[in-house]
Amino acid sequence: MELQTWTYLIVGLSFALYIGIAIWSRVQTTRGFYVAGGGVSPLANGMATAADWMSAASFISMAGIISFSGRDGAYYLMGWTGGYVLLALLLAPYLRKFGQYTVPDFVGQRYYSSQARLVAVVCAIFVSFTYVAGQMRGVGVVFSRFLDVDIGVGVLIGMGIVFLYAVMGGMKGITYTQVAQYCVLIFAFLVPAIFISITMTGQVLPQVGFGSTVLDASGADTGVYLLDKLDGLHRELGFAAYTAGKKSTIDVFFITAALMVGTAGLPHVIIRFFTVPRVRDARLSAGYALLFIALLYTTAPAVAAFARTNLIETVHEQPYAEMPRWFQNWENTGLLAWMDKNGDGRIQYGPGSAFAKLPSQASLKLVKESGLGESGQPRFANPPGKGRNELHVDRDIMVLANPEIARLPNWVIALVAAGGLAAALSTAAGLLLVISASISHDLLKKVLMPGISEKQELLYARISAGVAVCIAGYFGINPPGFVAQVVAFAFGLAAASFFPAIVLGIFSKRMNRQGAVSGMVVGIAFTAAYIIYFKFVNPGANTADHWLFGISPEGIGALGMLLNFAVSLSVSRLTAPPPADVQALVETIRVPR
Amino acid sequence: MSPDPSNETKRAAHKAYWRANLRLMAWLLSIWFVVSYGCGILWVEALNTIRLGGFQLGFWFAQQGSIYVFVVLIFVYVWRMNKLDRQYDVDE
Repeated sequence: MELQTWTYLIVGLSFALYIGIAIWSRVQTTRGFYVAGGGVSPLANGMATAADWMSAASFISMAGIISFSGRDGAYYLMGWTGGYVLLALLLAPYLRKFGQYTVPDFVGQRYYSSQARLVAVVCAIFVSFTYVAGQMRGVGVVFSRFLDVDIGVGVLIGMGIVFLYAVMGGMKGITYTQVAQYCVLIFAFLVPAIFISITMTGQVLPQVGFGSTVLDASGADTGVYLLDKLDGLHRELGFAAYTAGKKSTIDVFFITAALMVGTAGLPHVIIRFFTVPRVRDARLSAGYALLFIALLYTTAPAVAAFARTNLIETVHEQPYAEMPRWFQNWENTGLLAWMDKNGDGRIQYGPGSAFAKLPSQASLKLVKESGLGESGQPRFANPPGKGRNELHVDRDIMVLANPEIARLPNWVIALVAAGGLAAALSTAAGLLLVISASISHDLLKKVLMPGISEKQELLYARISAGVAVCIAGYFGINPPGFVAQVVAFAFGLAAASFFPAIVLGIFSKRMNRQGAVSGMVVGIAFTAAYIIYFKFVNPGANTADHWLFGISPEGIGALGMLLNFAVSLSVSRLTAPPPADVQALVETIRVPR
Repeated sequence: MSPDPSNETKRAAHKAYWRANLRLMAWLLSIWFVVSYGCGILWVEALNTIRLGGFQLGFWFAQQGSIYVFVVLIFVYVWRMNKLDRQYDVDE
């Protein structure tokens, strides 16, 4: 069967499944809409959390990022998994015992303050919108690459699907589609990885193949370890060794910390733990969630090393005319491009950039020209970049093109498309629910219109979910240029605002409203000011020389968190302790029964 | 413990439960810190002089080992906490 047919078939089947679940899981109560009635099993919640958490970026981009950054890529791996230890030990069981619907609920009640609740609502909505725009874009991109559909149409289809199950089924619909989406995405990620591991190292498990010796074309053992070979190739080409770190230790330390703490503070992840019946289920499902996430996160660095080795060996110093078919396929998408700087008809790969941006461009974007170059390659209006590197490779290609590079059957390639869509849709839905609950529950029911009935609240929840889908879709079709820059924001803000406020709310009985609010305000203001300065006001100064203690804007959230803790603790000691009923609340959430 | 403990003994039991919980947490979070920030970041170069098959040990901790340890830590926590819940009679 043709690749196109396979892709329509597999993507169509997965969508039919999601719609079926949407119809089966309609809800009629706010408790059903916000927390799936609190009756999700820990195993199902673990899978749903894993899908909720692993976004288009985890599925499509992460292995590629690691592939290009080598050992430093570890901060994503450790940062986005280590946060679950914090979540399981410090937050999930206690928030489950608290037993409300949203994160602002906890902040508002624990700190007996509508202001604190409002700060939390604004942060939750901001963080979620930042994230969801990228997911909708991811849906559009997968559609356009695999199904030859316009990006805008792809986004509209994705919106339609999410709208169905998020608006009808709320958390219940989202939970069970996420379970299905986890299965699709993990299968789609592991199958190509296992195939490639077997071809390159003879090991079934990519995690083992990663540290094994490489086979040659005939399948005989060369006796050279994969990573040693890759380090050798890197040196030959003039790159730093793959297994060596390039960033400063302090920066890696702080970025890892910001990602970990940010993960634990992201509202769409936290609310998943409100859906299980008991405190012990919340703990267990955090364990399952990390186990399911670790399946992908320990495979990704192996895929990164396999793909990097494959790429270098396939292209470097080889004649352009002899490139395999996939090379041309991905040239057509603009993810791969070649400029024959020295006119020898061979591809030279190395440090530096193949193309430079046009004078009119703010950032590098390749502009195709008509006609072909001397070797038959597409031509570009962009001038050559610095260095002798002739190849432009987009990092996303490492996962998307991997099955083709490894010559896997068409159905595996089609599966990757379905997997990418599952990853993007599941995360988008989780975020949309946070936005909807923040508006209908925290803003309307708890602050602005406390008199509304449950039926009305449910209606508002559905309406705000619907409106949020439309806004997210709009940003997906017309992505604001700053999306990539504000992702650091999402983690930084979650780390500097929610995490300390919630942890102190549980572990310090003495923590009061004044402490928590001033801590959040200082944490957010510091983190936001630092990121805005280096990303928007003065991007030219965004180098290690100008950073505070050598910490990049990506890692500054960790420092913001420390500031928040320090301010909260000092202010709370200087002001009156919280009222007796709040102290009693803290005592109750500390014990499961 | 009597079947119907007075408020005072219940409070004391809850306090003891909380202290045991904090002790367990401190242990697990120390391990969490050592494998990730320690082995994966601070001591990575020193550990890289040791080999584990095709891996340099520091690199392995940074890209594989720390994640395995994280998973184990949560399941140990689940198991120990369930035990504590029963021991202090606060399980659901």
